[in-house]
Amino acid sequence: MPEALAFESAPSVVQTQRLQQRLHANKRAYTRRSLLLILPLLVLLVAGFMTPIGSLLTKSVENPEVANALPNTLKLLNSWDGTTLPAESVFNTLGQELRTARAQGQLFALNRRLGYESASLRSLPTAILSRLPADGSPVRDTLINDVPALGDIKTWATLKQLGKPYTSLYWLAAFDLKMDAGQVRAVAPDKALYVDVLKRSLTIAALVTVLCVLLGYPLAYWLSRQPARRANLLLILVLLPFWTSLIVRTASWIVLLQSGGLINNSLIDLGILDKPLQLVFNRAGVLISMTHILLPFLILPLYAVMKGIDSRYERAAISLGAHPYTAFRRVYLPQTYAGVTAGALLVFIMAIGYYITPALLGGPGDQMLSYFVAYYTNTTINWGMATALGGQLLIIVLLLYWVYARISRPANRAA
Amino acid sequence: MTSNSASTFVRFKGVEKSYDGLKTVVKRLDLDVFRGEFLTLLGPSGSGKTTSLMMLAGFETPTQGQIFLDGIAIENVPAHRRGIGMVFQNYALFPHMNVTENMAFPLQVRGMGRHEIETRVKKALEMVRLGDLAKRFSAQLSGGQQQRIALARALIFEPKLVLMDEPLGALDKQLREQMQLEIRRLHRDLGLTVVFVTHDQAEALTLSDRIAIFNDGVIQQIDTPQALYERPANAFVATFMGDTNVLPGVLTSLNTHQCQVRLDLGEQMFARTTPGLTSGNRTSLSIRSERVILDGDERYDSRLPGSIEECIYLGDHVRIRLNVSGSNDFNVKVPIAQMQPHWREGHRLPVCWHSADASALDAMPA
Repeated sequence: MPEALAFESAPSVVQTQRLQQRLHANKRAYTRRSLLLILPLLVLLVAGFMTPIGSLLTKSVENPEVANALPNTLKLLNSWDGTTLPAESVFNTLGQELRTARAQGQLFALNRRLGYESASLRSLPTAILSRLPADGSPVRDTLINDVPALGDIKTWATLKQLGKPYTSLYWLAAFDLKMDAGQVRAVAPDKALYVDVLKRSLTIAALVTVLCVLLGYPLAYWLSRQPARRANLLLILVLLPFWTSLIVRTASWIVLLQSGGLINNSLIDLGILDKPLQLVFNRAGVLISMTHILLPFLILPLYAVMKGIDSRYERAAISLGAHPYTAFRRVYLPQTYAGVTAGALLVFIMAIGYYITPALLGGPGDQMLSYFVAYYTNTTINWGMATALGGQLLIIVLLLYWVYARISRPANRAA
Repeated sequence: MTSNSASTFVRFKGVEKSYDGLKTVVKRLDLDVFRGEFLTLLGPSGSGKTTSLMMLAGFETPTQGQIFLDGIAIENVPAHRRGIGMVFQNYALFPHMNVTENMAFPLQVRGMGRHEIETRVKKALEMVRLGDLAKRFSAQLSGGQQQRIALARALIFEPKLVLMDEPLGALDKQLREQMQLEIRRLHRDLGLTVVFVTHDQAEALTLSDRIAIFNDGVIQQIDTPQALYERPANAFVATFMGDTNVLPGVLTSLNTHQCQVRLDLGEQMFARTTPGLTSGNRTSLSIRSERVILDGDERYDSRLPGSIEECIYLGDHVRIRLNVSGSNDFNVKVPIAQMQPHWREGHRLPVCWHSADASALDAMPA
């Protein structure tokens, strides 16, 4: 029999190879076609999404203002020993470059960037320019006399530091930290802001998510048990808010919740309340309206998952001796986890970036991260700070997504 | 009656069920299931068999009547306290639990200790010969394996009564036959009482001690497989079970055993009487297709001329469709050894049977 076996196996190796080659060729062709089909989307994603986000994120570490305005001064400072005040040539170059910067309109950006370090630095270029002697005359002594800051070695060290092309300033500031003499330290308590804002954003998003799950789960469960026609009609009602603009919905909550609004008046007329409840321009208003707006995002994925769960599972559990409550808890509930996590994650991610609703319905203590992103982009034009805060949001979302992927993997295996 | 009621395990007494108050799905059901018996509820879909099963399991409430389990009325016992094992059509293995967890579930909800659960699960898995699949999830099992696990799960808490709702419907033919033998073995070895729902008559014949044939919410006949097959009580049972030829006619005379039928084209035929017939009524003369002989000799006392319409070759036999007495849907099964080469389409020949094999039944609805 060994001959027969050898005879059988010899051609099969060649055949297997040939078969695998053909299989690979097929697969490659299939992959090529698939790539071609998703190419338009890919181009759109790269051009319209990845590139802007990437370039914005680099803005959070870029530090071009000083380097652009004072390139030669920085070059000279590179060879400076840092123990004594710089030489005449450095003072001279600084003065000339500041003049050029004023002529080219770079002075505003330079002043602003210096101002992020300290308020006194902000006025330094202007002070230098106003005291600058005429061309040819020695600059160093005049400036040290008239602009006391230039007599301080620290000022020059800071200037040299600011000339680097990248900075951790914005990212540190986004976590209420600062660089102080080469060490990362917490900022003064009265200046700390963003960690609190971050905590607040996370708290509000978490509360909204919990409220959405508590309200949405029973509703989705009930919907999934309705006959198809009624379920479709009710789903339209769930989706109805989507057809109204976000601002209109938010504004109508003001109408409903304000102290002279529908809810307060009704409660007072019914004798339940003596004086109106403060329901708007505080945390309550933010939570109520965000929960309302985000609820469909929880219900839809949950409904889809629940719709796919055969009612026979619960019956089987009951027939095996489980109380209907136990059957629900041990057999039905675990099968909806995937839907709950998907919905909750969606709600949380959307909630943590909310801007309009807290801005309109919240008080000053209810503003979330996005409010400050908007503030830095629209009001102070501080792209570094805006993008560092935006990056913070992005990291939180990516982190959550990673957690979700880790959690949902065992569920996928079981399904 | 006393000996009978002692062995009665489940009793349906005047049970009715309607979902919408308009249509009655189960009509005045009286049914006794004996201890240790394998009873099959057989019928077309929508005939009320599954609804009856669900009422027994406790998932549906009768609109009228009572169900007794072991002599006790159970309408106030919730489903989870009835202690009835149940096997579902799509197995209903919990997808988020592996095989062991599935099997342990009925024991856990009964508050059994961990060690005893472990031993019992192991034993039950050996019973269905699937010990090596203990850690698999249901998505990783074949249909047959899933069904065996579902079966073992329904039996692990040692119920005395097991209900099966078309448990083999989703399996292919070979696997189905294998599972039928397995279910038979378990029924016999464990001394279970089984109520089995199916619409597959071959399955019912293979498994059952008795079969109850349902149609339109009413039991048409309940008897042993052989009695049902050989002596159908009415035309529905005759046509539902096996291959039956039905020739319409009028009953001209009858006594307790034999009757005479005049077919619509005038031929006079003899047939066995079934209860409830009266002379002069319309009737259907029914004869199993395997009881008919083509071109038979004088020993066959019933003979009619026929002409072949179609021959279908089926390997072990040929199914010949003929035109007989005005009906062109008269089928005969001819074993391959008795097939004649000149029996082709258009050939005319006598169609013969023993009149004792034919029965006069109620008229078929038009």
